[in-house]
Amino acid sequence: MQQVIFKRPESFTDAFTHYCPGCGHGIIHRLVANAIDDLQLREKVIGVGPVGCSAMIYDYLDVDFQQAAHGRAPAVATGIKRVLPDNIVFTYQGDGDLAAIGTSEIIHAAARGENITVIFVNNAIFGMTGGQMAPTTLIGQKTQTSPYGRDTTKQGYPLRVSELLNTLEGVSYLARVSVHDAKNVLIAKKAIKRAFETQIAKKGFSLVEVLSICPTNWGMKPKAAIEWLEKEMVSYYPLQVFKDWR
Amino acid sequence: MIELDIERCKGCELCTTACPVNILVLSAEKVNSKGNAVIEMSDPSKCIACARCAQVCSDTAITVYRNK
Amino acid sequence: MMEKVLMKGTEAIGVGAIRSGCKIYCGYPITPQSELLAYLAKELPQIEGASFIQSESEIAAINMIYGAAGTGARAMTSSSSPGISLKQEGISYIAGAELPCVIINASRGGPGLGSIQPAQSDYFQATKGGGHGDYRMIVLAPKSVQEMYDYTFVAFDLADKYRTPVMLMCDGALSQLMEPVVLSDTKVVQYEKNWATTGAKGRKPVLVSSLRIEPAELEEHVDHLFEKYAEIMKNEVRYESVCNEKTEYVVVAYGIMARIAQTAISKLRQEGIEIGLIRPITLWPFPQQAFAELSDKVKLFITLELNKGQMVEDVRLAVNGKKEVTFYGRCGGMLPTPDEIAEVIKSKISGVKKCNK
Repeated sequence: MQQVIFKRPESFTDAFTHYCPGCGHGIIHRLVANAIDDLQLREKVIGVGPVGCSAMIYDYLDVDFQQAAHGRAPAVATGIKRVLPDNIVFTYQGDGDLAAIGTSEIIHAAARGENITVIFVNNAIFGMTGGQMAPTTLIGQKTQTSPYGRDTTKQGYPLRVSELLNTLEGVSYLARVSVHDAKNVLIAKKAIKRAFETQIAKKGFSLVEVLSICPTNWGMKPKAAIEWLEKEMVSYYPLQVFKDWR
Repeated sequence: MIELDIERCKGCELCTTACPVNILVLSAEKVNSKGNAVIEMSDPSKCIACARCAQVCSDTAITVYRNK
Repeated sequence: MMEKVLMKGTEAIGVGAIRSGCKIYCGYPITPQSELLAYLAKELPQIEGASFIQSESEIAAINMIYGAAGTGARAMTSSSSPGISLKQEGISYIAGAELPCVIINASRGGPGLGSIQPAQSDYFQATKGGGHGDYRMIVLAPKSVQEMYDYTFVAFDLADKYRTPVMLMCDGALSQLMEPVVLSDTKVVQYEKNWATTGAKGRKPVLVSSLRIEPAELEEHVDHLFEKYAEIMKNEVRYESVCNEKTEYVVVAYGIMARIAQTAISKLRQEGIEIGLIRPITLWPFPQQAFAELSDKVKLFITLELNKGQMVEDVRLAVNGKKEVTFYGRCGGMLPTPDEIAEVIKSKISGVKKCNK
């Protein structure tokens, strides 16, 4: 007799993703779907999608969704959650969306202790628009708009969003994880589930920053990209649980 | 034992880096209907059903079974 | 029971919103409408299931409204001119995603930081689509505190009926004005909202979105929006006409300017001048039909605005070259007196008489 060890989550649709080969979004979508399944949230969840590569996340998760303007997902989620406090509301945002244009919305949603969950994908680049510098782009990293490498004298320093949010009282659960190997994917899975549990327990704002790869815009094969993430990104963005209300 | 949905596979090879018994390889010939080169198992008998390949698969193309 | 109470314009909107079943208000302080925030901050939390949020910005406020409206709740935001500019992206998304909501604009002098005094210089922004893309928004222009109360109900109703943002546009004078208001018991119609995101329980998931990535899909969507706008143009035009068989000259003005004009008109009528008034109440859809018959009969249209000439363009389109359309406006927050307006009207009339000789 065969026992299923691993299969597609129930709250996934059958759609094929539009993501590039090796893109981290596919894994992170799956971890969100796993949390929704594990906590039996499918009928209660309302997701808020960003502008960016993952704008069409609603095609892949079989739950109610709202598609927000660029960077405004935490404000949209706030509006939803205040009207429907017993539903589970999450945003899924990239680093352009959350850490550039949406900096104000994320900080204030966190400061208010808004009882929502934020999945923040940090791949150090703007993906959808073709690989421009993000606030999270590493020092020296070459992108379309930092073709000579990010120069701190002209382009400043990469933004550590989690460290910034860690100073806020309204944040109840905050972790930075990565999806560059199987072990870390399992850690990320637990963190995302924990973030949703935080919301279910009505403990306030929860955010998981997920370090991810963008092989296409980094100009690397996926295998090289996961090595670059582990070597370069993790040293600047250390993996840790910053806050846990438990 | 794994089952690979080759239509979902984009041949990124991330699973090959995760496999502890090194039985996943990018096929030299096999392509799916979208024209992507896909992954295949060189020796299914060696599979230990650890699911590491499935954990790192960007397209959730892998289902993992274990014989009871 | 009909209560008659003395209240400020902003408060009348607040009372109207609560009685309309507004479940959430999100806004950011800006003169001259901050009293509305203060009122709702006090009153909304007293109502079960209702929320007040002072947002971090106008941008956040309109996006909170997007989220809340997307759940089917009656939602409102308010601001004044510079803040309304910041909301334009959100308004475009709300129109695109077909969400009902009410936006109050107590407009003030511009451009830029301008002044905090009353103005009507946001007419173009409100009626011509201040945000990007092909969309329209219903714009209501009350002239009194009573109408600010009454049209708040209308605004919420039209928003739900047509799944569209509705703007109630007043100005710094009306928002600060104190007048007696009859608080009539207006029946609130409940609309079915099967498009709202409430959790996919016992049904397929729903999506609230303005994104249509396929060109053919977007064109179809915009065509659908414009079929809806055609219905609104057919059914929802509102205006006040103070004209009769003998009317020779017609003043066109809305909001506070219409009130100043009415005082001037009464005076001129006593002097024997056959003058009337058209007061658009819906600035969009613009009451074109009000001009159709009059354009053949009267001699002159005099458009009066608190700006450098914005609505006058719609008046000219409505009159369609049949008669002369003149304009007089003050701006920067300056309010003309009825006497000043009476003199202006007289000089415009004598100008036409000279031309016709």
